[in-house]
Amino acid sequence: MLRQLFKNPMALLCMGVLLFTALLGILAPWAAPNDPYANDILNKFAGPSWQYPLGTDHLGRCVFSRMLFGIRPTLFLSLLTMLGTIGLGVIMGVAAGYFRGVVDEIIMRVVDVMLSFPSQIIILAVVALLGVDIRNVVVASIFIKWAWYARMIRTATIKYTGMNFVLFSRSVGSGNFYILTRHMLPCIAAELAVLASLDTGWAILNISTLSFLGLGVQAPVPEWGAMLNEAKNVMVSNPEQMIAPGVAVVALVGACNMLGDCLRDALDPRTARQ
Amino acid sequence: MKDPLLVVSDVRVSFLKEHQKRLFGRERQQVLRGVSLALEEGECLGVIGESGSGKSTLGRVLAGLLPPESGAVFINGRNLYGRGKRDAAGPRHGLSVVFQDYTSSVNPRFRVEHAIGESLRALERLEGRVVDKKRRVAELLEQVGLPASCASRYPHELSGGQLQRVCIARAIAVNPRVVLLDEAVSSLDASTQTQVMDLLMELRARRGLSYIFITHDLTCVTYFCDRALFFNAGRIVEQVDDMKNLSRVRDPYARRLLDAVMGIGVQPGDLRRERADLLPAGDGDVMGAAS
Repeated sequence: MLRQLFKNPMALLCMGVLLFTALLGILAPWAAPNDPYANDILNKFAGPSWQYPLGTDHLGRCVFSRMLFGIRPTLFLSLLTMLGTIGLGVIMGVAAGYFRGVVDEIIMRVVDVMLSFPSQIIILAVVALLGVDIRNVVVASIFIKWAWYARMIRTATIKYTGMNFVLFSRSVGSGNFYILTRHMLPCIAAELAVLASLDTGWAILNISTLSFLGLGVQAPVPEWGAMLNEAKNVMVSNPEQMIAPGVAVVALVGACNMLGDCLRDALDPRTARQ
Repeated sequence: MKDPLLVVSDVRVSFLKEHQKRLFGRERQQVLRGVSLALEEGECLGVIGESGSGKSTLGRVLAGLLPPESGAVFINGRNLYGRGKRDAAGPRHGLSVVFQDYTSSVNPRFRVEHAIGESLRALERLEGRVVDKKRRVAELLEQVGLPASCASRYPHELSGGQLQRVCIARAIAVNPRVVLLDEAVSSLDASTQTQVMDLLMELRARRGLSYIFITHDLTCVTYFCDRALFFNAGRIVEQVDDMKNLSRVRDPYARRLLDAVMGIGVQPGDLRRERADLLPAGDGDVMGAAS
């Protein structure tokens, strides 16, 4: 499967974009030409120059440096969100699908309740309840999203529980933990990867959206959504301010979605061969 | 005389019906209606039945995967589904399974050595001693007639017959007394079937195994088994203790259906006489039972 993935140029490009972005984010303190918080009010709305590669914003801060530092909350918090979601979803889904019975009923009814709320509204409600903070946004995203994963993983688990190799494993008396970790998780992991890479894009958008609305990352911390929000105020006089963060969000989310598609193709050889 | 190796007494199993007439209905479909059988040491017992007759469900009950609603399974005199400490772990490895569908019976992500190693690991856990896995895997592969180089291969790199041999190796790795063969040769082609059955007979002679051979294929049973049970609609409808009786049957499938409809106690002689009268009505019944 991985070999097929690495043969696909689109998958390579997407992975390249994601890795490069992540690397830039990690190395931001060394890669950025300026302090992202340093004001240079005389040079506000300056065009691109050697000192400010992407110009400056309404306070004269270097847009390029802020973009680089903005990768951290955008990309890494969305990855954290996905990690939490998958962790919770896998535990719940596998428990429901493998043990069935009462455990299944309880978990799935909770999932039904979770799925009946519109996710964006619930996040707003949780943030309103717990206070405006990026940590609350992450918690709220995990809280609303795990149910999708639990349901998906439960279905996959049920499918594999009926497979002969799991039946054999049970009949020779292997423990539940062994069966779950050695048989179940590797089988589910492939399907999980597709959903996770598609949803990372969702998480990036979500964090940017909430920061744009002023509910996520707070000024002056650089974040792409928040930068878009600041640029929105000068949309008429200086529209070029929105280009850098806007293009960056589109590129990153696009890369996640495309990677998800490529993963799905690699998993299903029949569609890839056509 | 010694007690039989494996005793099944009056096992009943039912499942909730898929389509309930009422909301929250609890209608159940009886799948096994009081099955009793006994297996002697070193014997090979054939269980023949058509699809949906419950023979695979019986297999699951015997393999310890499905607790029956009533009745009990004793292996070596110990209750497979008993709650006592003495019952719990002991009989587990008295019986081992080989499944029909070899494509799904080995985890596609496991190498052959790990697939067999899983059984050895279970054996280690049960007996509390360390097994030299690498050496044992090579021994087992040799016993089922595979080269030791197979150990590092993945299941999709093996042919069906080879894979079924791996499944057999995996099943005998836990040193069972009884091996349950659930349609174990049905999905192989004829010559491979014969090879695998010859292998099974050889293993039986060498290790003193008993077999329960679940199948729909009468020719395999005549080739392989000492006794045969006919299974229909969750019941044992006829028992053949001498395979010579069975070999007289020329048209196995029609005859088996007929036997299933006529029930127990009908002699082959009566059967031939009554066949003409009973066939139309009998056919209808069979169709009804199958749907």
